[in-house]
Amino acid sequence: MLTNKKGERRFSSDKIFKIAATVSGVYVLVIIALMVFQLYFESHAVWEREGLDFLIGSSWNAVEGRESFGAAPYILGTLVTALLAMAIGVPLSIGIAMFISQAPKFLAVPLGMLVDLLAAVPSIIYGFWGIFVFRQFLLDFVEYPLYDALGENSWIFLSAPFGLDIFTASIILAIMIIPTISAVSREIMMAVPHQQKEAAYMLGATRWEMFRISIFPYAKTGLIGAAILGLGRAVGETMAVTMLIGNATGPGAFPQSLFQPGQTMSSIIANEFIEASPASLHLPALIGVGLILLLVAICINVVAHILVSRMLKVKEGVVNA
Amino acid sequence: MTAMIDMQDARADIVKDAPNYKMIAENVSVFYDGIQAVKNVTMKFREKSVTSLIGPSGCGKTTFLRCLNRMHDMTKNARVEGRILLDGQDLYSKDVDPIYHRRKVGMVFQKPNPFPTMSIYDNVAAGLRLNGVKDRKILDEIVEDSLRMSYIWDEVKDNLRKPAMELSGGQQQRVCIARALAIQPEVLLMDEPASALDPIATQKIEETITELAKEFTIIIVTHNMQQAVRVSNYTAFMYLGELIEFDETKKIFTQPRNELTAKYVKGQFG
Amino acid sequence: MMASTQKRAEYRLLFKQNVKRRLLINKIALGAVFCCVVLALIPLVSILFEVFENGLSALSVEFLTQPPGAIGSGEGGIGPAIQGTMIIIGMSSLIGVPIGIMSGIYLAEFGDNRLGRTIRFFNDVFMEFPSIVLGIFAFLTIVLLLGHFTLWAGAFALSLIMFPIVARTTEESLKLVPLTYREAGLAIGLKKWVVTVRIVLSAAKSGMITGILLAVARIGGETAPLIMTVLGSSQFFAGLDSPMDALPLRIWRLSLLPYDSAQAQGWGAAVVLIIIILAVNMGVRYYFATRKRKGLLSKLLGGYRK
Repeated sequence: MLTNKKGERRFSSDKIFKIAATVSGVYVLVIIALMVFQLYFESHAVWEREGLDFLIGSSWNAVEGRESFGAAPYILGTLVTALLAMAIGVPLSIGIAMFISQAPKFLAVPLGMLVDLLAAVPSIIYGFWGIFVFRQFLLDFVEYPLYDALGENSWIFLSAPFGLDIFTASIILAIMIIPTISAVSREIMMAVPHQQKEAAYMLGATRWEMFRISIFPYAKTGLIGAAILGLGRAVGETMAVTMLIGNATGPGAFPQSLFQPGQTMSSIIANEFIEASPASLHLPALIGVGLILLLVAICINVVAHILVSRMLKVKEGVVNA
Repeated sequence: MTAMIDMQDARADIVKDAPNYKMIAENVSVFYDGIQAVKNVTMKFREKSVTSLIGPSGCGKTTFLRCLNRMHDMTKNARVEGRILLDGQDLYSKDVDPIYHRRKVGMVFQKPNPFPTMSIYDNVAAGLRLNGVKDRKILDEIVEDSLRMSYIWDEVKDNLRKPAMELSGGQQQRVCIARALAIQPEVLLMDEPASALDPIATQKIEETITELAKEFTIIIVTHNMQQAVRVSNYTAFMYLGELIEFDETKKIFTQPRNELTAKYVKGQFG
Repeated sequence: MMASTQKRAEYRLLFKQNVKRRLLINKIALGAVFCCVVLALIPLVSILFEVFENGLSALSVEFLTQPPGAIGSGEGGIGPAIQGTMIIIGMSSLIGVPIGIMSGIYLAEFGDNRLGRTIRFFNDVFMEFPSIVLGIFAFLTIVLLLGHFTLWAGAFALSLIMFPIVARTTEESLKLVPLTYREAGLAIGLKKWVVTVRIVLSAAKSGMITGILLAVARIGGETAPLIMTVLGSSQFFAGLDSPMDALPLRIWRLSLLPYDSAQAQGWGAAVVLIIIILAVNMGVRYYFATRKRKGLLSKLLGGYRK
């Protein structure tokens, strides 16, 4: 009887502990569901009013009576900047990961730490440095030369550069996603079984050939996952982009040339959210943009995490078991 | 054939002996993080012979084997001392890149490690392509020859395009042997090539080794003493990083001179 | 029929003597890869140099303690911003750390099932959510509900960034505690929760603190979610229900002003922010580099990054 009672009590306090832990664990699922629901609920006014036009339209007018909202230029702006950032950032990051995974310890450890520090620098500081330092550098050494050489003949570089444009924003984004992609790729390269590398060396491969025939094919999925993870970061990044992209609105925000101001989903929210009146359609429109951004980010990151974790789980075993 | 290789004799004038031997290891020591795993090992390997390295786990036999191919170059914090001569040329000389030697010294590892994304054909052809062989006809020819030499041609000739990973473990290992043979090495190192395989696959590998000995100098690490008896002409017994005895296989197993060797081959430890 | 010895020698001759070229390509690749590292470090060096070069000269006691002066005057300082950042970090930790730790305990101790794997997965995905969307969410759930800007909204938004990081680092460090610790506790008749809280958590302490510090460093620089939750202000703390300033918000405001003095103040605020964040980061790394815990940090970061 006594033991039974005692046993029950032990059962119950442990049970409470387990419930508390489970509730905290489930919290994240609840928050995600609530977030998607609430963003949809608070933006449904704009979906009702604009319908599909909200996704493909380009007018952006918050004046009462003439309200009209289309997010296409910002969706496109996000895609263009993020993809450009990937084009620059991914090869660099893979290169960094290659170097650090092969370098002797006394070099690899401090270099890895320095690259990690790039991730620790807050977005706002990238933005501030971008406006007051990097912008001028880019203008003088990249944008003007490119414009002078190619501007007349190619739409990509058409329009006189000003420094606050899609190009600058993309480069800053590229710098910001480097630490993520390189850290994850480094881990993935290290997860390639030793035997695979030895097989290549045994055939007389040089280091570079070893990467080509044994690490890259083996780690392909994981590296793609790492790159997509970087894409997710680039899509969601707000402050630095807001400060450097020039903030065009409406049809003018359609990315036409790299040297023109643009706007991304996150930057339009950062710029206009506070001024938007909850009573008008403006706020629901911005929340709607937020919803699109959220759904895009969820898709990208789900794919990225599946690819990366599958690769890292494989590690040893499976292939060479 | 010459009778026996005396250790005293082996330590004597290496250079003078060089023409008589395919490979000579002289006073080789290996350190991991400063801990000595192989101690002053000197061994000479005759051309077209099979030499077994035996000894209890952790005796340094695999570590020593990997020196013969400069595989330690890529292991961080490993250091190799001593000299290794291949056809009289120093393997560790500073001005020759290891990839020159690795082409002459092929290696087969303990676990089959085919490239998982490549087909059987591409696995075997990988080393040829690295060496700049592009001619389709010659590639086909060498791939077939290598697969025949490793006695797997008949089993895979109809599915050369199949991923190598779909083969059984024993077949994978023989594809790996073919891959090593394709670059036409002169010496073949094998690190317990049959340890992960079932008896039938093991038997096939052993037959392969016996056949290959007609062409190549083979050095094989094994923990299976019967295997050493079956396949090798010479046997070296290592213990705690040292070379205890090195002689004709027959002698090692019937009349060993060292007490430790005697104990080991009788299965009294290890 | 197998190739003869002679044939084999012919094959060997076939191999092009392309080794020199291959070694050259290898060298070029190595050089290119090294250039990648250098290219990535240039911005880091430039940022640190510019921030310290321009920022340190703006620092003074007045700058660190006074509220901002009239716009464009170049007077006043960032007192409220520093205060606000500290208060918001504290409040976010108050919400985020307990949830994160409990969630980490769930993942490590009870999470070896379908629900656990789902949570771990979405926890990792949630870590990558755009922070501005978290801001909108906090705005909708708290600011709109209460009808005014409040520090709690900002703290809630930042806690959403914080708890997944704390959860994963807690999980990783709990998993490093040997099973025997738990068995020993259970064997002497302790309840599971007592074992977890008193024995396992105290053994995993340093790993968890690392996670919390990394999360603090991360939210200390967050700006986007604060825009719509605490708004920014020029006043010192005046109750939880009024707008508040924060360092990143102040830097943003200053960057929008066309005055040189504002830029100088912006650098000043930037150097304060970066010193706080780097101090936390370097502190953590130094701690792990000096003691014999070298593998531990990368294991923890593994949970944080994946």
